Parts: sequence; C-alpha cells; structure tokens
Amino acid sequence: MIPKVGISEGKEPLFYNESHHAWREEVRKFVSKEIAPFVEEWEEAGEFPRELYKKAADVGLMGMGYDEKYGGTTEGIDIFHGIVTAEEFAHGCGGVSASLLSHNIAIPLIQSLGTEEQKEKFIPPVVRGEKIAALAMTEPSGGSDVASLKTKALRKGDHFIVNGSKMFITSGMRADTYVVGVRTGGEGATGISVLVIEKDTPGFTQSPLKKMGWLSSDTAVLYFDNCKVPVENLIGGENSGWIGVMSNFSQERLGMAAGMNAYSQICIDEAVAWAKERKTFGKPLIDNQVIKHKLVDMNRAVKTSRAWTELLSWRVMNGESPIADLAMLKVHASKAMELCAREAMQILGGAGYLRANSGPGKVERIYREVRVNAIGGGSEEIMYDLAARQLGYRS
Amino acid sequence: MKILVPVKRVIDPYVNIRVKSDQTGVETENVKMSMNPFCEIAVEEAIRLKEAGKAEEIIAVSIGNQSCQETIRTALAMGADRGIHVLTEEKVEPISIAKILAKICESESPGLVISGKQAIDGDNNQTGQMLAALTDMPQGTFASKVEIDGDKVKVTREIDGGLQTVNLNMPAIITTDLRLNEPRYASLPNIMKAKKKPIDQKSPEDYGVDVTPRVSILKVIEPPKRQAGIKVENVGDLVEKLKNEAGVI
Ligand SMILES: Cc1cc2nc3c(=O)[nH]c(=O)nc-3n(C[C@H](O)[C@H](O)[C@H](O)COP(=O)(O)OP(=O)(O)OC[C@H]3O[C@@H](n4cnc5c(N)ncnc54)[C@H](O)[C@@H]3O)c2cc1C
Repeated sequence: MIPKVGISEGKEPLFYNESHHAWREEVRKFVSKEIAPFVEEWEEAGEFPRELYKKAADVGLMGMGYDEKYGGTTEGIDIFHGIVTAEEFAHGCGGVSASLLSHNIAIPLIQSLGTEEQKEKFIPPVVRGEKIAALAMTEPSGGSDVASLKTKALRKGDHFIVNGSKMFITSGMRADTYVVGVRTGGEGATGISVLVIEKDTPGFTQSPLKKMGWLSSDTAVLYFDNCKVPVENLIGGENSGWIGVMSNFSQERLGMAAGMNAYSQICIDEAVAWAKERKTFGKPLIDNQVIKHKLVDMNRAVKTSRAWTELLSWRVMNGESPIADLAMLKVHASKAMELCAREAMQILGGAGYLRANSGPGKVERIYREVRVNAIGGGSEEIMYDLAARQLGYRS
Repeated sequence: MKILVPVKRVIDPYVNIRVKSDQTGVETENVKMSMNPFCEIAVEEAIRLKEAGKAEEIIAVSIGNQSCQETIRTALAMGADRGIHVLTEEKVEPISIAKILAKICESESPGLVISGKQAIDGDNNQTGQMLAALTDMPQGTFASKVEIDGDKVKVTREIDGGLQTVNLNMPAIITTDLRLNEPRYASLPNIMKAKKKPIDQKSPEDYGVDVTPRVSILKVIEPPKRQAGIKVENVGDLVEKLKNEAGVI
C-alpha cells in the first residue's frame, strides 16, 4: 500500500495537505470498489463497461484540473492531486487507467490552446463522463519522431480535408472526441497543427489492436479518408501546434512516473508477502540473503523514483519546466518498474507466472505492463536523447 | 429542519486489529482510521433527505481528540453543512456521548438525529437509545428505511423476526442499519468545498458534561488462536481419540 504521506516527508508534510489525503482516501475507495474486483473479468473481455466513465465523473475524477466553468475542479487543486490519483489507480490496473483517463492527454491541449467556443463545446461532455476523448499523434510510420508526422490536412474554404492514419491510439475505438496532430504546412515541427476530429465524421474509421498488456484498454488504428473537418475545430493557430503538443508531455510524464512507482510498490509488497510465507529448504524464503538483497534493491529503485517524482512535481507546480529531469525521471521510473516486476516474478517462482488478479497474480499483469510504460509517452531511448540534448552533451 | 449526525472515528474496518503488548487496549498508533461505517450510512441518509427537500441543514458532530476533525471533514465532503467538534482526550463512553448530544439537541433543536446503530470498535449499540431516554424523543433503531411525512417519520426496523415499522413524531432519533443505503464517495469538488465549511470547536465542559470513564478496562487480550487439526490414520484411531482425548463418545 502506498502510504498516506509521500516518500520525501517526515512528520511534517512537505507536498501533501489535508485535501490530498482526503482525495487519496476517496480514490482508494473508488478503485477498490468500482475497479479492482472486476479487473480479471475486464482484462479477459478486453474492455470495461462504459458506465465507469460516468461513475468516475460523479466523483470528480474526470474534471480534475479543468476549468470550473466547464464543469471541472481547479480551486485548491494542484499537481499532487494528480500524483495521488495516478498512484491509487495502480491498485486497479494499467489498462483501465489508460483508457478511462485518456482524456488527460487530450483535453489539456484544448484547455490551453482552444478558443472559448471550442472549450465550451468539447470539454464539458468529457468532464461529465458522457464523451470520451483521445489523443492521436503516433502514426504507423513512427511515434518517436512526432515532428515528422504525415497525416495531411488541406485547407479547402471553411474545412480541412484530412487524409492519413494514426497508430496505437488509446481509446481509439470508443472515443467521441479525437485531438489529432496533422500536417498543415511544410516539413518538420513548424508545419504541424492540432485538429479535433469527431467520431461521426464521414471517412473516419477505426480498427482495434490486440496487445501484450493493458488488455482492458481500447487501442486502435485510425484511418482518415478525405475527412471534412470544419475550420472551427482547429485548436491553436495553423502550423503552431507543436509547442502545445510538447508541453503536454511534461504532465503526462509525471503522471506516468507516479503510476509506475505505485506498480513497482505493488510488486515489492507482493514479493515480501510471498517470501515471508513460502518455505524452501526448511526455512522462509525471506531468510535468504539473496532474496533480502533483491527486495532492498527494489526498494532503493522505487524510493528514489518516488522522491524524484515528488520533487519534480513540486518544481513543475512552481512554474519550472525541468525537461531533462522529467525525461530522466521517466526512464528511471520505467527501469525501476522493470526491475521490480522482474525480481518479484523471480521471488514468486511459478506462482508469479500464473494469471490471476489477486495476490501474486497481479505481478504477472504488471510484468506485461512494463513495456508500454517504457515505450509510450516517449520511449526510454528518446528520453535519453532528449535529456542529453537538454544537458548540452555535444562536441 | 436540521438533521444532527454524530460521527465516530474508528480503526478502519479493513485493518487487522492488534492488541497492545501491555494489554491495555488495541494499537491505534500509525493505524489507518476511518469514519465508522454505520455513521457513514447516517450521513448519507441525511444528505438524501436534504436532497429530497425534507431538510435544510446537516450538522456533523464528533466527540474525541484533535484528529476527529478529519472525520468531520469527511462528513462535510460528503455533503454535511457544518461541524461541531467536541475536543477531549478522554476515552468517551456512550453515556457521556449521549449527554453531550442531548445538550447539543437543546441548542440546535434538530428535527432528526441520525446516528449509526453502533460503532465497530466498541460495538456498544447504546448511544442512540440513551440519547432518546435523555431527551425524551421517540426512537427508531436499526433503520433499513426512513420516510418523512409531514411532522412524522416512518422507520422500517430490522429486527430478529423480520421487519417492523414504527411511526414517530419528530423530533426523533434514528439509528442506521447496514442496508439503509450505500454511502456515496466524497467527490473532488466537495472535498475542496469542505475545507471552507465551518467546524465549531467545543469542549465537554462547555456542555457541563463530565466525561470521566465509569468503566475501567482491566485487560484486553487476543482471542485464542485456533489449534491446527490432526489427521488420523483410520477409523479405529478416530474412535479411540473421540473416546479418550475429546471425550465426546
Ligand atoms: C498501448 C499503447 C498505447 C498508446 N497510446 C497512444 C495514444 O493514445 N496516442 C498516441 O499518440 N500514441 C500512443 N502510443 C504510441 C507511443 O507513444 C509510441 O509507441 C511511442 O512514441 C514510440 O513510437 P513507435 O512505436 O512508433 O516506435 P518508433 O518511433 O518506431 O521507435 C522504435 C524503437 O526505436 C527507438 N528509437 C527511435 N528513434 C531512435 C533514435 N533516434 N535513436 C535511438 N533509438 C531510437 C525507440 O526508442 C523505440 O525503441 C501508444 C503506444 C502503445 C504501445
């Protein structure tokens, strides 16, 4: 269990106040009642009921951080409410979190770049849990090099004609509101715009993808075949979508890190519980130095990751954008998760290899969820590259 | 109409209870605390009555140490309007709670007091009934359904033989049973709003109540651990053991 206070806190809380604790309690209750008991069933089925969006909206999960006038909650809300949410959602499963909260990578773009009319039109139905929002940047030709995206949007009077496709899109089948990166200008970052494309646009089709993990999450390929998209759906200026797309990544990376830290912690907790119970060669597994050291190693990785996550959250909250640190943090968190999932599986032995969503079985699922965390939202290699550039490592 | 809802802070129902090594009580240091589940049901019922236009104001009361404020905040985040915290470090017994609540009833004149039928720590199941005796208000305990009609309230009670319905004149006291309702989550906007709702800080002396415990606890011990069973080789062994060891045949 993630403790009530943060890792970098002693008796005097540094980052968390009473509202964070109260919110953690409620999210924990919500996840343990509305999600955790059904994870196995939903992972098997490859989806979860759509009514979960409404339930999540009712507790204020969907509107967190979005303007009050669009039905959201901002007063008193800071980045740590998001950290708490990501950590507690790890007690459900990665797939449900990814799809249920996919609007959190899409709506911020509308909120920060959109016009009043656009915000009024697109944000409230998502915050109410009636519509689902998705972000579509990655393409079949590549996701790391976002600046080279190929989906074309040609201006024709008061419409854009969109042609191209998008790959690995979370909530790709079920979303109603897609925030899509398109090329409206020349090559590179300066030719990119952001369009909202709605589900019922003629010529827009989707097809589902089967995955290694995040089984209950909806992931799809999107096809745009001469889609007519009204100019009113252009978010921000023409050819100036890039900055918005990039700044969107900071929050996403912090949120992913927070989630990963919590998955790692679950691996540790399950491994410890097992190692205390399980006897081999006449004594509990945990009495072997090899096992103890594995557990300490896992703790070392997670504790540093959590402390760094909190510190960077605090810096971002205070207006900084520590891009290199955020990139390194994301790698640190996914490597910690990889280590914890691996070592937990070793400690669990055969029991860890079985599918089940309780006890040791969780680790098997988390093991399969490691890779998407190390690839999505900026892969480890790309994060290293970004950090190196930011740190000025060149001759 | 005002509704008064007493709420108690108890060890979270999902925590494994540990007895203190000196046998003076159970361990509460660094243990997760929550609102007593029956009190949550009481808060929920009050909010539903308010939402249905049957009540105007909900007051949550908690009696105990400083951290009871958190429990009141939870009630405020669910939808109660204001809180009263009666601060005391004493372990307050049902009779003292009932006396303080009776005084609060005098000053607030609630149309209904809705409390849990019992708290999951002491399992006393006394406070509501004692309050009824002290205030001379009618009581509907173990409620599984509450319907207000004018100045009367119809309470369906869960009793051993089935369901009993009582019709009470208000002001009245209701204690909640498990099936009365399913408490809501405190939503994020309501958690933030709750920070601004007022909590009155009082002391037992303000109400002229002496909360010194009347009962002294001599010793608290773990229930005996169940011994592991044994496997017998054959029927002969079984009969032999039943006869000579268990002494049942
Ligand atoms: C389950 C899932 C859900 C997703 N959801 C979304 C979504 O909702 N929206 C969205 O837009 N995208 C989404 N993605 C896409 C994700 O962001 C991309 O997969 C990711 O950015 C990597 O892109 P790619 O898969 O095209 O790999 P590529 O870009 O082709 O890279 C392949 C490999 O090469 C490495 N590599 C690439 N360039 C270099 C280089 N210059 N130097 C060294 N190594 C390099 C990469 O690190 C990677 O390991 C999702 C992906 C998954 C798996």
